[in-house]
Amino acid sequence: MSDHSSSRAIHEFLAEAEEIIENLNRGLVSMGEQVESGEIDPDTVNAIFREAHSIKGLSGMFGFDDISQLSHQMENLLDSLRLGKLSLSRQMLEVLFQGVETLARLVSGKADDDAFQLDLGPVMALIENLLEGEPDPAADLLDGIDLDSSLLNVLTEYEEHRLRENLSRGRRLLLVKANFSLASFDQELAELTDALKKTGELISTLPSPGDADDRIGFQLLVGTDRELSEVSAAIDRDSVKFEEVHRKPPSSGAHPTTANPTVTNAEVEDVATGSELTDPVAGADEQAASLRSFSRTVRVDIEKLDNLMNIVGELVLSKGAIQRIAEEIKDKVSNDLAADLHKATRGLERRLDELQAGVMEVRMVPISQLFDKMTRIVRRVANEHGKSVSLDIRGAETELDKLIVEDLTDPLMHIIRNAIDHGIETPEERKSAGKEERARISLHASQKGNHVVIEVQDDGRGIDPQRVRQKAIEKGLISSEVVLSREEVHDLLFMPGFSTRDEVSDLSGRGVGMDVVKNNIAALSGMIEIDSEPGQGTTMTITLPITLAIIKALIVRASGQTYAVPINSVLETLMLDPAVIETIERREVIELRNSTLPLLRLSEAFDLPLNEHHEEKLFVAVVGLAEKRLGIVVDELLGQQDVVIKSLGRTLSFVKGIAGAADLGSQRTILVLDVGGLMSEALRAEVGAHV
Amino acid sequence: MAAKILIAEDSPTMRSLIVSTIAALGDYEIVEAANGFEALRILPREKVDLVITDINMPDINGLELVSFVKNNPNYQNTPLFIISTESSERDREKGMALGADAYLVKPFSPEELQSLIRQYLPQEA
Repeated sequence: MSDHSSSRAIHEFLAEAEEIIENLNRGLVSMGEQVESGEIDPDTVNAIFREAHSIKGLSGMFGFDDISQLSHQMENLLDSLRLGKLSLSRQMLEVLFQGVETLARLVSGKADDDAFQLDLGPVMALIENLLEGEPDPAADLLDGIDLDSSLLNVLTEYEEHRLRENLSRGRRLLLVKANFSLASFDQELAELTDALKKTGELISTLPSPGDADDRIGFQLLVGTDRELSEVSAAIDRDSVKFEEVHRKPPSSGAHPTTANPTVTNAEVEDVATGSELTDPVAGADEQAASLRSFSRTVRVDIEKLDNLMNIVGELVLSKGAIQRIAEEIKDKVSNDLAADLHKATRGLERRLDELQAGVMEVRMVPISQLFDKMTRIVRRVANEHGKSVSLDIRGAETELDKLIVEDLTDPLMHIIRNAIDHGIETPEERKSAGKEERARISLHASQKGNHVVIEVQDDGRGIDPQRVRQKAIEKGLISSEVVLSREEVHDLLFMPGFSTRDEVSDLSGRGVGMDVVKNNIAALSGMIEIDSEPGQGTTMTITLPITLAIIKALIVRASGQTYAVPINSVLETLMLDPAVIETIERREVIELRNSTLPLLRLSEAFDLPLNEHHEEKLFVAVVGLAEKRLGIVVDELLGQQDVVIKSLGRTLSFVKGIAGAADLGSQRTILVLDVGGLMSEALRAEVGAHV
Repeated sequence: MAAKILIAEDSPTMRSLIVSTIAALGDYEIVEAANGFEALRILPREKVDLVITDINMPDINGLELVSFVKNNPNYQNTPLFIISTESSERDREKGMALGADAYLVKPFSPEELQSLIRQYLPQEA
């Protein structure tokens, strides 16, 4: 490792490397789509090449020789591709995907331990094989054009290749010359560039000293199928001149012709007009403005945002306290001052809400960050199992808290791996079942109120309820007499110990680790449900809150203990006469608008001592996630409040039914209920009751 | 008056590495450009004493920047270093032919860069 390797610098490198890998992956996916259509976009290939080039250079600086070697080989392969020495094949795309996958594993491994290593032999050998097939470059076409050497000399190898490519396709080469004021050239050049790209391929942009001290000149080389007059009409800018770059006559020793005829929209003498020619060089403000980056993005460590969120949370609590005091003063002392204080707290509340929303928004990232990773998983796992799978992604722009997205990676990966491994049939099986040989997995995200719903759907063999039931009986999870609905059978898959590794190949294997997946999702206050049609496929639906940091909660009390219930799970609250509670199959239920609502007494769920005094009335918080409903029975409802959730930490993460702790602002800490967890425990108990 | 160094490099990590390497040398002022475009905006507005540029950048590449600097009477005497990787040898040769004063091959050590800077921008004792 070089002396560049302070831990902060390494952290920065890994963050950028992760971003580069995501870009590589995205680029390869779009290149894959282009393979289908047979038309490869040179910009895509070049962008991917540049990403590989960047990660190679960076990893070398940090002494990560393995990342550097692999990205170097990938860069060579991409270089040959972009320079036209190799053409893109399915096999090459596969190898590149494997390379990116390996890079991703290396980077994530080194994030935990910088000594992490992988065997790169196989993937390096694959790349090597492809590179050995490299043919000699074709005869040079560049000798055949009448282009000034000052332009030829600044073309990178890639730009030279693009120029050859345009020539070999018989496209017309145009040289576009423009002169702009230094004060505004960036905008004008960007406009010109955009307009030119609509008429053909922009190969190179060469800046040169302008025709006056405060001006800058540009020569842009464009390959196009259009006539020169057509392009100049499309651009329609007075100060832009167009020349056609002619091909030399085929005789050897041709003399370059002198200046080509030029076309201008107007032979403009650049007459100085005051405003255009002032160079904003004086004044510190202008200097600062001139150094502004074009990029409007700031990369921030999520911990800093957590910190900010905590401060906002504390402010919310302080605001609550001030509001209470203001209310009291208003009630006791009725004067102008009290009214003003009350008004001021309302103003504070509005601003604080905005601040809170702003910080939340900063934490939000599109779920595409996660879905993009899944494309790699699908590709790899499908290849490993000899299955043909297409991935259909929808709703990738849906936004979620960055931390939730991170924590969702493993469960989602597990679900997808399971779907391919056990759910999807081999192409032969699918053919004989009258299905398309290529299976389909669709990954669909959408926002519903304060929740995000992620559906993972496959069109595989589905789950056989008979076999799941049989397995549960063998394992002693249910008795053999019991009759279960399809939904109850699916819930069995989430029971710990439902399946064990040595029986993965037996039945569909869908239960492998599903209890872990469920717990991980529950830890995010989320919920997972299964729906499956034998022979048709399986859908896993994950419902998650958009953010975890500050929530509105319903404060309840049971057996003298106070708890917070996240309000976004509460559908309604009821006052309940204990006399209307019925018991069906040892479960307490009530009739609510013509349907049966199962009840869960919070005191019983947490083994709290029951209240001594006779229950005259009880309260119910009806909670719901996805399609399920449950009535949580408590002694009192104390009202709504903003609470800041704090994690219980790893040591207490095993506690079922609790999502975290919250500060009530009056020096009291209460527990926040994990509604998803409580619901699945309670509703599973219905299944358990059959044992 | 501290000498001013312009760094044109599109990778933020690589840029911050170069910045910290130069900062360790002491009294230099550093101006950063995230691409060739930005470097073009900075050049007329700052009195730059040294330019360090990557070759592979989007829109305006390092070679185009070298050509601009070395063909411009205002900056042609300003020393310019190219940073490139082993594989872009041809592009590096082109850069040197266009008038670049020195090149560094990634990965380079901080000492390599520091000694080049000392050579071209000796600090007053």
